[in-house]
Amino acid sequence: MTFSYYPGCTLKTKAKELDGYARRSAEALGITLDELADWQCCGGVYTTAKDEIATKLSSVRALMSAKKEGNALVTLCSACHNVIKQTKHELDTNDDMNLRASNYMGCNAREAADTEVIHYLEMLRDVVGFDKIKEKVVNPLTGRKIAAYYGCLLLRPGKTMQFDNPENPKIIEDFIRAIGATPVIYPMRNECCGGYITVKDAEAAKKNSTAVHESAAGFGADCIITACPLCRYNLIKAESPIPVIYFTELLAEALGVK
Amino acid sequence: MNNNLKEEIIRTSGVNVLKCMRCGKCSGTCPSYGEMEYHPHQFVYMVEKGEIDKLMDSPSIYKCLSCFACVERCPRGVEPAKIVEAVRLAATRRQGGNHLTAEEIPCIVDDDTPGQLLVSAFRKYKK
Repeated sequence: MTFSYYPGCTLKTKAKELDGYARRSAEALGITLDELADWQCCGGVYTTAKDEIATKLSSVRALMSAKKEGNALVTLCSACHNVIKQTKHELDTNDDMNLRASNYMGCNAREAADTEVIHYLEMLRDVVGFDKIKEKVVNPLTGRKIAAYYGCLLLRPGKTMQFDNPENPKIIEDFIRAIGATPVIYPMRNECCGGYITVKDAEAAKKNSTAVHESAAGFGADCIITACPLCRYNLIKAESPIPVIYFTELLAEALGVK
Repeated sequence: MNNNLKEEIIRTSGVNVLKCMRCGKCSGTCPSYGEMEYHPHQFVYMVEKGEIDKLMDSPSIYKCLSCFACVERCPRGVEPAKIVEAVRLAATRRQGGNHLTAEEIPCIVDDDTPGQLLVSAFRKYKK
């Protein structure tokens, strides 16, 4: 099965391993990820203001390109996924946004909202299936205690993201079970790492990130996994006592393609 | 009371501040609560009262992490983060209103800084 794929800027630079392990694993699972030829940076954060149109156009273009390819669009970075999915929702529901984006683009922008946007984890759950992944595992991570760190962007706003229950998600825990490891449930798994405030107030970010890794380590995890390069950066900067890695690394390890 | 600014904030945020029942759940769940002079529920109340200038001049507008916790957990669907965003945009769109400049970046980055961090910060702090 073939999907259009939007890697995003950070997966081409500081988070190459998030991307590389994802591609190799997809191949092992019989999925073709066809990188969009002309993707542009999503901007990292979605702007909720009704009169911010230009900042959303790169997402509109990505949606439009995938539509032209006739594919659903797979994202991997939590931030890209959030921005593109919220932009799709806005195009779908806000006539003014649609009109102004259409004027910029010289086409009917709303058509872009037809493109289905799924996160790589949703692809694993809904397209491949966790049972199927379990069958393909050659190196089960038995005995490993893994904390899933959802953060904010995969889950919220829940009505738009439709990813999982935003207050009690289980998709990453189910993924952890599928690769043979044991998920560790801890209270801070869907709270914020501090995000971009790091550039202006590193201490504030550190407080948030410390609360997250202390919670995970305190509940007995020996590793934290994430889909977000900024979450990973903030947790490591906050001196996480346990490793913080991308979920795709564990997937590749379990599938024997690391 | 600044009615022009109030109208701008309400229009750009798309928020109906009158739906707020002042339960304070947004502030209770805000990860930046301890960093703020004005908290999310106060943003909603102060916009209703037209006290926009105070908010625009407060460092609180740069403390919101856009984590959508208040948006998710507001029992009335007020979505306070959208108000904070609209006030911050009104402030950064003013001449000289940028909260982050490119010149600051070399002192902030290290070998591991993800591009995602910088583009996000510029989106939120600079126009």
